[in-house]
Amino acid sequence: MNDLMIEHADIDTELIPILDQVSDPEIPVLTILDMGVVRYAKLVDDLVLIKITPTYSGCPAMDVIGDDITTAFKKAGYKVNIDLILTPAWTTDWISEEGRKALEDYGIAAPLEAGADKDVLLNGKQLVKCTNCGSQNTKLVSQFGSTACKALFKCEDCQEPFDYFKCLK
Amino acid sequence: MNTNLYNYILGIADNSLILGQRLGELCGHGPTLETDIALTNISLDLFGQVRSYYQYAAKIAGDDRNEDTIAMMRPEREYVNVLLVEQPNTDFAYTIARQFLFDMYHFMFLKELQNSNDETLEAIAKKSIKEVSYHLRFSSDWVKRLGDGTEESNKRIQNAINDLWAYTDELFYQTEADEVMIVEGIGVDVSKLKEQYYKQVSEVLNEATLEVPDLKYFQKGGKQGIHTEHMGYILAELQYMQRAYPNMSW
Repeated sequence: MNDLMIEHADIDTELIPILDQVSDPEIPVLTILDMGVVRYAKLVDDLVLIKITPTYSGCPAMDVIGDDITTAFKKAGYKVNIDLILTPAWTTDWISEEGRKALEDYGIAAPLEAGADKDVLLNGKQLVKCTNCGSQNTKLVSQFGSTACKALFKCEDCQEPFDYFKCLK
Repeated sequence: MNTNLYNYILGIADNSLILGQRLGELCGHGPTLETDIALTNISLDLFGQVRSYYQYAAKIAGDDRNEDTIAMMRPEREYVNVLLVEQPNTDFAYTIARQFLFDMYHFMFLKELQNSNDETLEAIAKKSIKEVSYHLRFSSDWVKRLGDGTEESNKRIQNAINDLWAYTDELFYQTEADEVMIVEGIGVDVSKLKEQYYKQVSEVLNEATLEVPDLKYFQKGGKQGIHTEHMGYILAELQYMQRAYPNMSW
């Protein structure tokens, strides 16, 4: 959890340990707090109110995330109510520093800044570092990767293919 | 129920539903693994957006309709998508040309819908435009690659653009519901986007070394529920499970 995350979302401190147990089903090394999809979590009387937002509109992980949150809170003895919200729209800026590091360790290159992202995806600039060997001699293979949020890259030095998490602003 | 708003939402969402279904047909059949994945990812984005629109439409309807019945259980004449999106995946060039001609419109439309007085539509637009900007990059890129590629790829994408061009004018046709929504500050006046659309499409075609078709007669009808012969086949596949096993879920 970094400050940026807390700044953008409204989450009761006592609920953080429970939310931290829920991971993104498609990128299991990231918790939903690291991803920044939890926008609001408050204990009101004996009910936990939670608002989550999708990374992409069609993200099939949202239903699973909702179920996992319910299970985690049930286990901790809370009743929970989950709402899906669209505004403000999710941005890759909400991925925490820990989250970015976990992504890289997992083999997914973390999103660059918007300008650099455009240069990489449109103008063939070599700014994305290979998650395997660290070389910047990398090439875009496809603007869409294994999920909607990623693009597919290949390292021209070590020849490994890898995913790049696209910048979404 | 606000019938105009309901119809207006369907007018936006049906385009994405039918195009998403068309792209879904290519799952496992794309010409390369990368394009297969890209096209189905675009399909998934469109379906995600459609869910938001239909959920909102169901709320406005306020009866026993829900997102699934709106998507799956209407007869053909009640779908109000433009004819462009129901055109078949004749070959990869057609798939790309259809995508490009729609993406350019979709992007320009969502850009304006972000200023809607309606909070829900504004929210969906702000979310969707981020995704659609990637769709437009992808399809523009492929139009250029095919146009400026080999003799064969150039011929095929030119044929596809020529054939599909007849369906572009309908994008800017406005129904009664559209007119009312524009007056109320909810809807987008798409007639104002037309000039800019053809300008930007032409720029990409020029860069792709393709000819901009010169056509005087255009096809329309989808927005009134009068579709091409392809629509029945799409709906047969789309609706089969819900018709055969009503209320089934995975």
